[in-house]
Order: sequence, then C-alpha cells, then structure tokens
Amino acid sequence: MTALLEVEDLRVAYGKIEAVKGISFKVNAGEVVTLIGTNGAGKTTTLRTLSGLLQPLSGDIRFDGKSLKKIPAHKVVSLGLAHSPEGRHIFPRMTIEDNLRLGAFLRTDKEGIEKDIQRAYDLFPILGERRKQAAGTLSGGEQQMLAMGRALMSRPKLLMLDEPSMGLSPIMMQKIMSTIQELKSQGTTILLIEQNAQAALSLADHGHVMEVGKIVLSGSGQDLLHDESVRKAYLGED
Amino acid sequence: MNELPQQLANGLILGAMYGLIAIGYTMVYGIVQLINFAHGEIFMVGGFGALTVWLVLPEGFGLAAAVPLMIIGGILVSVAVATAAERFAYRPLRTAPRLAPLITAIGLSIVLQQAVWMWYPDAKKDQPFPQFEGGPIDVLGANIQRGDLFVLIAAPLCMLALGLFVTKTRSGRGMQATAQDPDTAKLMGINTDRIIVMAFAIGAAFAAIAAVAYGLKNGQVGFRMGFLMGLKAFTAAVLGGIGNIYGAMLGGVVLGVAESLATGYIGDLPGMELFGGGAWKDVWAFALLILVLLFRPQGLLGERVADRA
Repeated sequence: MTALLEVEDLRVAYGKIEAVKGISFKVNAGEVVTLIGTNGAGKTTTLRTLSGLLQPLSGDIRFDGKSLKKIPAHKVVSLGLAHSPEGRHIFPRMTIEDNLRLGAFLRTDKEGIEKDIQRAYDLFPILGERRKQAAGTLSGGEQQMLAMGRALMSRPKLLMLDEPSMGLSPIMMQKIMSTIQELKSQGTTILLIEQNAQAALSLADHGHVMEVGKIVLSGSGQDLLHDESVRKAYLGED
Repeated sequence: MNELPQQLANGLILGAMYGLIAIGYTMVYGIVQLINFAHGEIFMVGGFGALTVWLVLPEGFGLAAAVPLMIIGGILVSVAVATAAERFAYRPLRTAPRLAPLITAIGLSIVLQQAVWMWYPDAKKDQPFPQFEGGPIDVLGANIQRGDLFVLIAAPLCMLALGLFVTKTRSGRGMQATAQDPDTAKLMGINTDRIIVMAFAIGAAFAAIAAVAYGLKNGQVGFRMGFLMGLKAFTAAVLGGIGNIYGAMLGGVVLGVAESLATGYIGDLPGMELFGGGAWKDVWAFALLILVLLFRPQGLLGERVADRA
C-alpha cells in the first residue's frame, strides 16, 4: 500500500543554518507516528514545512499522492492536512465557537460544520460550556483541547499535533493523551510530536528519534520504548 | 457663536471625518503592523475621483443624485491606488525590517501628491467642489450646513456595516484571525494575502467617503488636503487604540470635539486670550495626543498586548 504521507530526504534551513538535514519517513493511513527528540532537533521545523509555513531546501513531501512542495500554506489544509501548532496558537480574542468555525474555514457544508462543532463539544465538554467565552481566557490545557478540536474541524486525513502536552499539569497531560488514544481508535491518522516520549511511544505505531536535524533511530513504538539508548536519553533512566 | 451645541456639532462633523479616515490606518496596522503614511493621499485621490465624476456628469444633474455616483467614483480611485500600493510597494517588503515599508509609505505619499499636482487638470491650485444649496438646518440648537449632514449620516452607517462585516461574515472572521495570528490563520486555510488586500481596500473606501464629506464641507479639494487630514486621522487612530476599528471612530470623534471645544473656549479663559481661535486648533489636537500617550499609551480602547517577538 502507498503511504498517506511520504517525506523524502527533506532538508530545511533558516538562512544558512540547516535545521532539518535530510530526513525520510512515512505515515500510513490509520497509523499514529511520532517524532521524538530534544529541543532543537528539528521536529517543529519539519511540521511547519509539511504544512507549507516553511519552504524546504530540497527533498520531497508527498501527501495523498500529490507533492506538497509548491503548495502555499493556506491551500494545504484543503488537501486534508491539519496542523495543531506548538504553543497552541488559538485566536485569543475570539470566542471558542468562532475558533472552531475557523478550523472549518474552507468548508461550505453548514450542517456538517454544526455537527462537527457539537462533536468537538462532546469530545471536550468544557469547550461546550464556555463556547461564548474569549479563547484567551481558557487555561493552558483547555486551550490545547481547543487547538485540537479546531484542527479536527477541517475533517483532516492527517492530523499533525505539535507538543500537545507541553506545559500542562500531569492530569491535563493524561487527559490530552487519552484523547489522542481515542482519536486513534476512531481511525484518525496522526503525526505526533512530543517531548513526553514515554506517552508518545506508548500509543504510537511507529516512532522516529530525531537529533540535530536527523532521524537517528526508527522503529515501532514498543521497540523504541524498550530500546536501551532511547530509555537512557529520553526516558530518564540510567 | 461660542454656543456649546454649535461647537459640539462642529466637532462631531470634523471628528466623523477623522474617524472614517482613521479606519484605514487602524485596519492596515492591525493586520500588517504597517503605518500606511500614504493613507492621507489615498483620501486625497478619492476626493479627486469624486470631483471628476461630478465634472463629467451632464449639466443640470442634481447634486443629491450625483453624490452616490461621486462616492462610487471616489471609492474606485482610492481602492485602485491603495491596492496597487499594497501589491507593488508594500508586499515586496513584507519581510523587510519595519523601517523599510514605513519610509516607502512616506515616499509614496509624496509621489501621489506630486502626481495629482502634475497631471490632474489645473490641480496646482485648489479645485472647487460642488455645494448643496440652501441655508443651514437647525438641529438641537446647532446650525448644520446641508453638506455636513452627509458625514453625520455616512459615518454611523459605515461603522455599522464594518462591524457586521467583521463579526458576522466569513471574510470578516478571517480578517480577525489574520490580525491575531497570521501564521495560524494560514493553517486554517485563510489566504492572508487576500485578507491584507481587503484591509487596504476597506480603508481606502472609507477614506474616499470621507473625501466626499470633506469636499462638501469645504467646497474645494486640493492635492495637499491629505497631509493634515491624514495626520489628524492617524492621531485619532492612535488615540482610540490602533488596531481597534471602534477605537478609530471614537478617537476621531474625541479628537474632533476636543479640537472644536478648545478652539471655541480656551481663548475665553482668564489669561489665555492669546491662545484663542482657530490658529491654535492643531496644537490642541496634538497636545491631546501627547496626553493620551503619556497616561494611556495603548489608546482609549486599545489592549495592552506585548509586542510580538
């Protein structure tokens, strides 16, 4: 079978500094794939390039049979690639409901949109309770829920989550992770970036370890979870 | 002459004009963080666009019937110039340091003034603008010239339309999103380039309507008219909280009324005889700006937000 997303020898630079130095990986439909690694490994840069916010130096990105290389950022989402960015980036001065509506900006099926807004409220009841509130008033965890709900509003074929658990309390982190698990069991394809390697690898089908712009280790989630070098470097064991 | 209702009415008329122009500064700043110093000239060319329509209309065409056509003509010219400026002058500099587009804006402002001066027939001196006939109308104790009624009706209608557009339409929500977080707006599928053009166009259209009001009030338009009006409108935008559309109109009205009251009354205060009269009105306007910036730097309706890193 052909992969939903295929990244081939991708290189990305900020000026002269190369942040991603030739990485290749695949995401098959229905899978959860995770990229783990320390700060500065190039994970966020990779996602931002996939969604068109950054231009690659070279290499190719094929999504659902099409090359994404020349496609501007605002058209990527219409192909079925949704991106929940690092730091959540909800629109702080708009209501929760308007934030969700913006996630469906390119959709024209009004009824479907209303239904999906309801679905987001079912997934995260707290959002439903505060639908008319400015999104900037939410707590970090609630903002993360909103960012995920908003990304889902485009009905993506692939959902990219950048550090969904960053800066959250352990309880909130657990809630977010169990939501990702739930989305996975519903068949959502997810590309997940996480600093919480334990949690990410536990629910991922495949994982890739990035270090200074390169993938240094790949394997199934379980294999990486039990890999000695991964345990030492990312899971805090000696 | 120094009656309060009259002074308030004068201030309101002037302020509504400032407010309409200020919308253009505030919308463009809200979305691309650019002070479009050529906006005063966008206002000015709108005045000439409206005048041109009047001049090509057949003799005997009534002014009341002509005004809608003049508005359309003015809007067309202003929007064309503003969107061309965005496309060819500002867009190439979008990622340049902020000083570059700012200086470009000042340069563009001079270019536009000189272009009208050189190429518009006889524009080296002020051109007469048609006037409504008939005496002033008494409204709540103030004498209001017929031509001035235009802006008092147009400004609230424009604000209502803009408010509805921004909050109720899909493009309006896209505009809010782009103002708050342009990169994330792109991730939602919003074509931010188009939103930016839209912001320039709406600002230009409002400026053109203000230019028609200016012509009807002053009985003339001239290539220099954008300078001081632009500066005052920019002051109004800052006063109201730059980036906030309601703030722009509020700032305009506050500025206009303050200017009018100061002109009317400061000379009557004991020991202040020297400062009375219209010659000082710009001093009071900018003094007010300084005061507001000292005590409320974010403006009347502005939010205190940290500068984006």
